[in-house]
Amino acid sequence: MRSKAFDVPHRIVILGAGTGGTLVANRLRRLYQRKEASITVVDQDDRHVYQPGLLFVPFGLTHPEDIVRPRHRQLGGGIDFRQVPIERLDLDGSIVHLADGTSLGYDVLVIATGSRLQPEETDGLTGAGWMERVFTFYSPEGAAALGAALARFERGRLVVNIVDLPIKCPVAPLEFCFLADWYFHERGIRDQVQISFVTPLDGAFTKPVASKALATMLAEKDIELVTEFNTGKVDGANGKLISYDDREVTFDLAVVVPLHGGASYLTSAVGLVDELGFVLTDEHTLQSEARPNVFAIGDAAGVPISKAGSVTHFEGEALVENVRRFLDGKPLDASYDGHANCFIETGFSNALLIDFSYDVEPLQGHYPSSLGLPLLKESHLNHLGKLMFQWFYWHILLPGRQVPGISSAMPRAGKKDLPAPAVEGATKQQVATVDRG
Amino acid sequence: MPEKNITGTTVEVGEDGFFLHPEQWKEEMAPELAREQGIDPVTDRHWQVIRFMRKQYLEKGEGPSVRVLGKTSGVPIKELYQLFPKGPAKTAAKLAGIPKPRGCI
Repeated sequence: MRSKAFDVPHRIVILGAGTGGTLVANRLRRLYQRKEASITVVDQDDRHVYQPGLLFVPFGLTHPEDIVRPRHRQLGGGIDFRQVPIERLDLDGSIVHLADGTSLGYDVLVIATGSRLQPEETDGLTGAGWMERVFTFYSPEGAAALGAALARFERGRLVVNIVDLPIKCPVAPLEFCFLADWYFHERGIRDQVQISFVTPLDGAFTKPVASKALATMLAEKDIELVTEFNTGKVDGANGKLISYDDREVTFDLAVVVPLHGGASYLTSAVGLVDELGFVLTDEHTLQSEARPNVFAIGDAAGVPISKAGSVTHFEGEALVENVRRFLDGKPLDASYDGHANCFIETGFSNALLIDFSYDVEPLQGHYPSSLGLPLLKESHLNHLGKLMFQWFYWHILLPGRQVPGISSAMPRAGKKDLPAPAVEGATKQQVATVDRG
Repeated sequence: MPEKNITGTTVEVGEDGFFLHPEQWKEEMAPELAREQGIDPVTDRHWQVIRFMRKQYLEKGEGPSVRVLGKTSGVPIKELYQLFPKGPAKTAAKLAGIPKPRGCI
């Protein structure tokens, strides 16, 4: 590692200019003066998608052009943006090789290249009927095409299917069901449409308390729940999902969330990623297991929590502090606790809010304290929170600004039936504070 | 916690019948555990998956998902379902004496 004593700036390279790469770059830029560190961000394109907005596109509630902004515009001054695909990593030499033949040496590498949709990995998914009666809303193009198909849909069975986990924003497919229920009500044809939610899980969600609450809501909205369905094949021509154990679900219109994996260039580095291509990462320090000077954030990191923007947001604080400690030659002590929260749109201008961590499942109560937003309960306030979030995303979260009252550590006040923290869990709650002066 | 007697040995199991302590498992327990799941006999292909599950658990602290099993165990997903019709990840975890897969989200 280079030492500041020689006045040579640290070289920080960040791969990916999505949620994680952008907020980390901006936070690090405020932490270091230009003479102390160079910061370079690499991405293959210049389209930053506000991904929570994709859910609303098929229902005409927003448009793709309203949720996409240039990536480079979200990066503050003094951050070098390179728009070029990444070819491969040389971990031994600490070099990133880019597709244009150039390379970038680094003292610290932050991997923030998210997850990649892999519809081609499911038999038949991209075959007959793909983008005609089989869609995904996980891309701007897919969401827009699905919108046109929904507008034409008059009657029949709409099936929403998760092929397998992990996926980005695991509640989004449920939200899609809730919004579809509302959408067909608005059009006056809800009684002509059957809606089925088909999942590989054994319930509506993995965590027990939220799973029960969400299953009840599905039932109340007359949405069929099909569990433990591992999609092996999609037969678009005949309108059938076929599971590996030969069960069939028929559909007139299918909304499929494809398999997710890590970015493909990552597999060029031996021992860096798991079987699905996500970076093997310490769940608390966010340092990679392969090399001490490599960190990972957001969807790209293989940590046991949802792949979601709020996770990335809360990870940012610990990651930035640990990068600083690493460059100072100190032991890493900042710890991410697995804190995540999300608004779950439930239709009819209502939403739920859930808040959880590695140790605490989503519970009822209020966030961030007993006077805050209701947790795990439908309310109009949560819906307004969800709508306001897009502004918050572009103006507060990406620039890496602090929000008064919102901490990275999961708040315990306001939660009902919260188990006492285990001794180990209590120490994990500590999160280093970073002076952003 | 509930206890269970398998081939004359008492082991601790969780609510769903998964082992709580993988070290209490012995190879000779697998056929009896398999019969409880309607699997008889335990073939070499079953063993390949069972051994893979234990190895993964001991290395990573968690049993693999079906998708990871299909990619890395050497047994394709379709065959995994033929071997373990009630669901490969859960059933094989039971036979291998490892705790219930968490199913991260």
